Amino acid sequence: MKITIWGTRGSLPAPSPENNLYGGNTSCVSVMQGDTLVVLDAGSGIRRLGQHFPPGITRVDILLTHLHLDHIMGLGFFMPLYNPKIRVNIWGPTGYKESLFTRLQRYLSPPLFPIRLQDLPSQPNVYEINESAFDIGPFHIKSAYICHPGPTIGFRMENGRSTLTYIPDHEPALGAAHFPNEPEWTSGYGLALGADLLIHDGQYTPEEYAPRVGWGHSTMEQALQFAEITAVKKVLFFHHDPAHTDEQIRQQLGRAVSNRQFSFEAAVAVEGEVIYLPE
Amino acid sequence: MATNHIEIILTRQLADCLTIPVFLTDPEGNLLFYNEPAEELLGKRYEETGRMPVEEWSTIFRPFDGNGNRLRPEDLPLVKTLTHRRPEHGTFWIESLEGQKNEISVTAYPLIGRPDRFLGAVAIFWKTEAP
Repeated sequence: MKITIWGTRGSLPAPSPENNLYGGNTSCVSVMQGDTLVVLDAGSGIRRLGQHFPPGITRVDILLTHLHLDHIMGLGFFMPLYNPKIRVNIWGPTGYKESLFTRLQRYLSPPLFPIRLQDLPSQPNVYEINESAFDIGPFHIKSAYICHPGPTIGFRMENGRSTLTYIPDHEPALGAAHFPNEPEWTSGYGLALGADLLIHDGQYTPEEYAPRVGWGHSTMEQALQFAEITAVKKVLFFHHDPAHTDEQIRQQLGRAVSNRQFSFEAAVAVEGEVIYLPE
Repeated sequence: MATNHIEIILTRQLADCLTIPVFLTDPEGNLLFYNEPAEELLGKRYEETGRMPVEEWSTIFRPFDGNGNRLRPEDLPLVKTLTHRRPEHGTFWIESLEGQKNEISVTAYPLIGRPDRFLGAVAIFWKTEAP
């Protein structure tokens, strides 16, 4: 399973000379095995994936965790959507009343975007998921609602040998008096348990988190605690704050892991990096 | 270990922050949690009782009506909510595990998550003021 990070930033793209290392594009990760291509979120990073679209691929599945703008803003700039020879499936969370198609259409329609969702040449299929399990090529995928404002799901992808868990926007500590000591009362626990790679929200410093409780994000320290109770092998901090420079993110990481021993690896997601998990 | 659904997790977290007694069950009526104010009324800490099936909690607190007649589990608002998946309300007496008798009012409501998943029920209750 080849995992490519196309966008790491949260909330808003943040291209700048100070952000060259960790990147400025918003959430997008591709997962490829054989001729199966799954894309996790369609932030601004998906534009570049479209430019480097693997030759010979005729189907792509885009799995959206939620519809906050930083996770869908790249959709209209994803070139395969303009190629009728490529089958595009978009999967995303069920809401209360409006269909996923209708909610996506709010963005992909004038005046916010010149081309309507239903007019895109690839005529994408839109599927609603919630507490779901389904297969795409070699991947068995589970989705479940997690703690983040609005309908938001996380994903667990298994290929029989490896497990990737993707929970880019997540606040498992919200209101949890006993976090992180009660696994069954911890949002996302079942999705992440024993994963080889966990891509998880690590947006804030503890000082930034304090006045932002309930906004749906975590500190790196909380992400480490979550990784610890879920016994993952590696955690990749994701959804970098748009105001954080490379240097600040480095300091954030250093502070979170300082003088501590973990039974797993912890790193910051870097735009453009490629990670391989056994197939 | 299975994780609770996010709606259940958030309900418990909210209950944990409230000063009114709250009781939380899964769809089968298994008691998942009650908060500290409920512990005071029921006379036992949740850590001591742990999870309980509906048959147990609906009788353990000895509910009875104003005439002293024992209430059947199916007459309790929370059990009605679990059965019919709609809000219910009622007033009755309970005897705490410490033997103290209190008249309480209970409002129960179902937890139905997106998209139409019945996940359990919540009861909030309070001691009825003496006339």
